[in-house]
Amino acid sequence: MSADSSAPDRIVIVGASLAGLSAAKTLRAEGYSGVLVLVGDEAHRPYDRPPLSKQVLRRDFGAETTLPQPADLDIVFRLGMAAARLDRTERAVILADGERLPYDRCLVATGTRARPWPNPAEAALDGVATLRTRDDSERLAQRLRDRPARVVLVGGGFISFEVASVCRELDIPVSVLVRDAVPLAGAVGAPLGGFMAEVARGAGVDLRLGASIARMEADPRGRLAALVLEDGGRIETDCLVVAIGAARNIAWLDGAALATDRNGLRCDRFCRALGADGLPAGGIFAAGDVAHWPNPHDGDALVAVEHWGNAVAQGRTAARNMLAPGPDAMVAHDHLADFWSQQFGLTIKLVGLTAGADSFAVVRGSMAERRFLAVFGKAGRTVAAASVDSARWLPAYRAAILQGAPFPPLIGGLDAPRRIETQVLEDAAR
Amino acid sequence: MRVVVDLNRCQAYAQCVYAAPRHFVLHGREALVYDTAPDDADRAEIERAAQACPVRAITACLSESAENTAEHTAENGAAR
Amino acid sequence: MSTLFERILDPANRADPYGLYAELRRQPICPQDDGTYVVGTHAEIDRLLHDPRISSDDLPDPQHFRWTGHPITDLIVRPVRAEIRKRHRPFIFRDPPDHEALRGRVMRAFSVARVRGMRAKTERLTRELIDKLAGKTRIDLVEEFSYPLPVTVICHLLGVPPEDEARFHGWATQLATALEPNQRGDEATQIKNEETFAEIADYIQDLVKAKRREPEDDILTDLAAGDDAERMNDYDLIATAVLLLVAGHETTVNLITNGMLTLLRFPEHLERLRREPEIAPRLIEELLRYEPPVHYRTRLALADIPIAGTTIPEGAPVVLLLASGNRDPSRFTDPDRFDPDRRDNCHLGFGGGLHYCVGAPLARIEAEIALVALSRRLREPRLLADPPPYRQGASLRGPSALPLAIAGVGEG
Repeated sequence: MSADSSAPDRIVIVGASLAGLSAAKTLRAEGYSGVLVLVGDEAHRPYDRPPLSKQVLRRDFGAETTLPQPADLDIVFRLGMAAARLDRTERAVILADGERLPYDRCLVATGTRARPWPNPAEAALDGVATLRTRDDSERLAQRLRDRPARVVLVGGGFISFEVASVCRELDIPVSVLVRDAVPLAGAVGAPLGGFMAEVARGAGVDLRLGASIARMEADPRGRLAALVLEDGGRIETDCLVVAIGAARNIAWLDGAALATDRNGLRCDRFCRALGADGLPAGGIFAAGDVAHWPNPHDGDALVAVEHWGNAVAQGRTAARNMLAPGPDAMVAHDHLADFWSQQFGLTIKLVGLTAGADSFAVVRGSMAERRFLAVFGKAGRTVAAASVDSARWLPAYRAAILQGAPFPPLIGGLDAPRRIETQVLEDAAR
Repeated sequence: MRVVVDLNRCQAYAQCVYAAPRHFVLHGREALVYDTAPDDADRAEIERAAQACPVRAITACLSESAENTAEHTAENGAAR
Repeated sequence: MSTLFERILDPANRADPYGLYAELRRQPICPQDDGTYVVGTHAEIDRLLHDPRISSDDLPDPQHFRWTGHPITDLIVRPVRAEIRKRHRPFIFRDPPDHEALRGRVMRAFSVARVRGMRAKTERLTRELIDKLAGKTRIDLVEEFSYPLPVTVICHLLGVPPEDEARFHGWATQLATALEPNQRGDEATQIKNEETFAEIADYIQDLVKAKRREPEDDILTDLAAGDDAERMNDYDLIATAVLLLVAGHETTVNLITNGMLTLLRFPEHLERLRREPEIAPRLIEELLRYEPPVHYRTRLALADIPIAGTTIPEGAPVVLLLASGNRDPSRFTDPDRFDPDRRDNCHLGFGGGLHYCVGAPLARIEAEIALVALSRRLREPRLLADPPPYRQGASLRGPSALPLAIAGVGEG
């Protein structure tokens, strides 16, 4: 398409997000001098989310987590205004108030939102919250300051565990309800999830596995009073945090004939969004949580990575490719997924993707010392490594994953268990 | 100021804690917790912290003013 | 024909080893004739610093072949000294889990408050040392400034009485040979090291006893404290104290001297530092890249390590040439240019991984205060010898003297 081979001078980034800001910084760093519009449905400039489930709740420092933004970015902000529609024919983003923002290149970086509690009446009760945005975090921090008698988290992911950790640090009683038999298994596999379950229990978390909420009880003023569980149990609480995952913000793309589904916006390895016809949609790119892309580290299997590092890297790659004169000058997005979590005084870091892993082994340190490095294998290859307070070994394992080293990698040496015991991972991790 | 640390890169060398202890704290062995919005007056300390990071994980700049201090290297440089 | 690494060790190449490093980097992993593997590229050094198959416990066991003919010396004194020395391996030559325990103790003693508390003292010492240069037109920066400053600081931190400082000069120089593989394997050096160690150990032992009797606010008191169960054993205590003293004597001196040498070679940066002292932190990081105080560290491969198309075999000595990694063009744009505005300066000046320099925060404080003060107060400083004479060491590399002409000393 001729429009895509000429240099852009109107770029619209939809999503005042980490990925969006990363793209904006890269565009300017690469010399783009045209109009740069950043659209965000929240009133805030791009801000950092990881602190929202940790230090902001604990009030270690302030709640202001706006990301550093070089002054010379020269961005035109459209904040507090959601994008409503994409007009591919006219190449324009249409905002909720009707404003049309024409573009030569458009980056879709609208990310995800917290998946709401499925029963709308219960979700609307006072005391039932989700945690995704800055405003969510400030509200929850305020609740924690009032010292609720008990906080309950529903969901077995990292948000649940991080918030539970903060509650324990603040000496607030906390229950975590997890539908599965093991928490965190989807992200880090059953053995590591089981380890974290023990850590959480050791810190005083009332962790209930195989538990789900049958219904909620409210007081006459519409305030949450108690939860009744499927097993008949009852927990009195006026503070429930629903942390049951995220949903991708793609509804505004309905009608644009793009390849969207519940996994996000499908794109190719150059971060070019694909149309419903499977071909690159002219001038449209995607980055961050919303992008569904072929992962070269996993045989081009499609993946959506909801992590900080990917948002930064993919925003950067998309930006470079938006400026490329043609596909030959584009760079492939080949970020190796990574993420971290802090909870119960431990730092967990993961490199690679555990999805589909069939084996797991602790290869340095030990779970008993709460300081170890573990690796994940898939069909004989090392695909991921997790460290718990052992971050300085991780770069060597990252290199091994990138090389597709046999599982387990890096045999011998320091701090190794006498015998490496490989555990077979069941479906929970897949 | 506005500060962000790429905690994927961080290996808890704690150099920032020595440089700016009111703004960077280690919890446990490796959990770095930091002030995302330090006062502009603490710019010298934040700059020392950003420069001392062995893995260049710290990005900082002045709040909304026209000038930015520390580099935006962590992201920009890594991909080169 | 000598190997590339032998040429790097050769004192004749001390003033400018960087050409040899460039030659070395043609191959990321360079096997030498003696079975040593030298690594000079940034990516591979960085990877090996984080590789758990690499050990830091590589000090050779003392071996004595030459007999003096005195049975007491040969059969008792020397073997006992050798054994004593062997038991006093400091934590830079130890691996996990011992290393973590020892280093953890040291880090706690090297507390943030204590290290930062040295700022005022360092500023005062810096002022006094520069004041003493008043009236001179020729100075030796090493003897009159870069050596006494960090030595006084480390002695104060550790709790070594100022009147004893002088005794450490010779001891520290001798013991620093432990980092130089070509010296430490040599029998005469070993014997001398054992004698020196015996003297310094006696001294520290007495000092520790005094600290236990009368605790003070210093690192040695902290290290010597603790109940019997958690008390550091005396071998580790002495080894740690000796290590901190030697490191305090032999490294920061190079950072400050190399700093002034570099700034005098590029006077526009000296002038800029004088006018904009706030650039000091990044300028110092660039110095740590461009002219680091420690050029290499040695390691031992505990397993076969496939890397960069070759395999370092189990048992092989490994040399990580940090200073070469710092000049690797595949990591740094225009690496031979001294550029304080450099971005993404992931230098290896303080090493990396588990053994990252414990003294780094202190060294940064000292270098910042020293270089800013020197840039402001020395009037028209000029190098009298370029290159200056260098000390013996190829790892702890730095000028033995830095003769300067100055037109006086200002108020700053």
